[in-house]
Amino acid sequence: MALLSVSDLHVSYGAIKAVKGISFEVNEGEIVTMIGANGAGKSSTMNTIAGLIKPESGQIEFDGQSVVGIKAHQVVGRGIALCPEGRRVFAQMTVDENLDMGGYLHTAQENEEELEVVYEHFPRLKERAGQVAGTLSGGEQQMLAMGRALMSRPKLLMLDEPSMGLAPILVEEIFAIIKQLNEKGTTILLVEQNASMALSIANRGYVLETGRIVKTGTGQDLLHDDDVRKAYLGG
Amino acid sequence: MTVLAQLLNGLQLGSVYALIALGYTMVYGIILLLNFAHGDIIMVGAYISWIALAQLGLHPIVAAILAVAGCTLLGVLIDKVAYAPLRNAPRLSILITAIGVSYFLENGAQLVFGADAKVVPAFTDITTIQVGDVTLYFTAILTIAVTAVSTIVLNLLVQKTKLGKAMRAVSEDMGAARLMGINVNNTISFTFAVGSALAGIGAVLYSMAYTQATPTMGIMLGTKAFVAAVLGGIGSIPGAVIGGLLVGMAEVLVSALGFPVWKDAVVYLLLIIVLIFRPTGILGRTMNEKV
Repeated sequence: MALLSVSDLHVSYGAIKAVKGISFEVNEGEIVTMIGANGAGKSSTMNTIAGLIKPESGQIEFDGQSVVGIKAHQVVGRGIALCPEGRRVFAQMTVDENLDMGGYLHTAQENEEELEVVYEHFPRLKERAGQVAGTLSGGEQQMLAMGRALMSRPKLLMLDEPSMGLAPILVEEIFAIIKQLNEKGTTILLVEQNASMALSIANRGYVLETGRIVKTGTGQDLLHDDDVRKAYLGG
Repeated sequence: MTVLAQLLNGLQLGSVYALIALGYTMVYGIILLLNFAHGDIIMVGAYISWIALAQLGLHPIVAAILAVAGCTLLGVLIDKVAYAPLRNAPRLSILITAIGVSYFLENGAQLVFGADAKVVPAFTDITTIQVGDVTLYFTAILTIAVTAVSTIVLNLLVQKTKLGKAMRAVSEDMGAARLMGINVNNTISFTFAVGSALAGIGAVLYSMAYTQATPTMGIMLGTKAFVAAVLGGIGSIPGAVIGGLLVGMAEVLVSALGFPVWKDAVVYLLLIIVLIFRPTGILGRTMNEKV
């Protein structure tokens, strides 16, 4: 059975329909990516799963239970963490305090243990533990945002555009960490504009266009698909 | 001697302003609302003190606890009833609502208690304390001490506790705070509770010194505290304390120099001068655009 199963999801902002009936699944242990242009409905889908937006209609089942209509702060407790687009770290708080907030629903003791795990993945954060997050570089802020999401010990980690605005070398570093996280057992749903990077590490992918899924397949299949290459991989 | 006495007077009045300013600044920090009803909470606290002491004849400490508890509840209630339903409304709507709540409380008090001033009995028989050969007013010392302790406790709460960190997280980014599992509505309620509790403490201390409760007493107190919060940098907790003390000291100083009529004008002049040179207030941060 799938860990996350979304069926016939519709999301609107007033009269604007952002997601027009999409269905997809994420199985335990997978990296699944959603690729597509700006406005295809990728972020809307993730924000809806995270409970930040109420869907117009459709089902979202996680771990066998519906998470539709549950508030965002409760979705985290179910084991879904969203690392949002634009990172959105708490800029005036220190790295440690940011990570502490990530584990808000856990005890101080549990957070101390998890902090060690996060520092293992992101040694750079440990060096900057006492530093105010707003003074970190873009790459470090992305690491902090991911580390913060991990602090909630999610079964499913959703990453929204983790490579946005980062230098190519940092993008590779971030993607290496995503793979490493997955190998350690975290299931990952990844939204990316950097389609070639995303598809190269993904087990499966979905291609979104204007609120609909137009193509699906394994990462490798999509990477070599002619339409996908033309539209998203620059020929 | 008179210099010391005036200094203490200034600190005493400034402490009350600081306590009220803290409530303004905390609420502004978390939901960007100028809570114009905040000053009227002091008024309600003064009336609760009057009822407890003069009508019910309760022990002063019980009266003080009732006043602080009453203000705390009122603050949370106002948020739940008037502001929470407007969380996603434009900021102007909630600001107008705050003005409405302020009128409601003032006119409600006038309806219930009448327009004439009620005299709040003395909380304590001790009027002065002797330190060496210096005689000090007890209420002044108590006010300054209670404010200092309140400020330190508040600072620890905001900096060190889980709830305090959640408050800071919500004030920075409500959406991201939700993604952490923080219940944003409860956190905002908690902020109102803390701000109103401080206002309640301010109400008790103010009643001890000025012994009168009137329906409109919150207007001037609230305005002065608001000026203090802006002067110190709205949203900044240490700023509110510095602003409060500055405004209190300025008022007392101008009065002591023989120009009591000018004290309000001087406070606003001080505000104008500070804002010309530091538009965000003394400790205010310029909001950085998020990239």
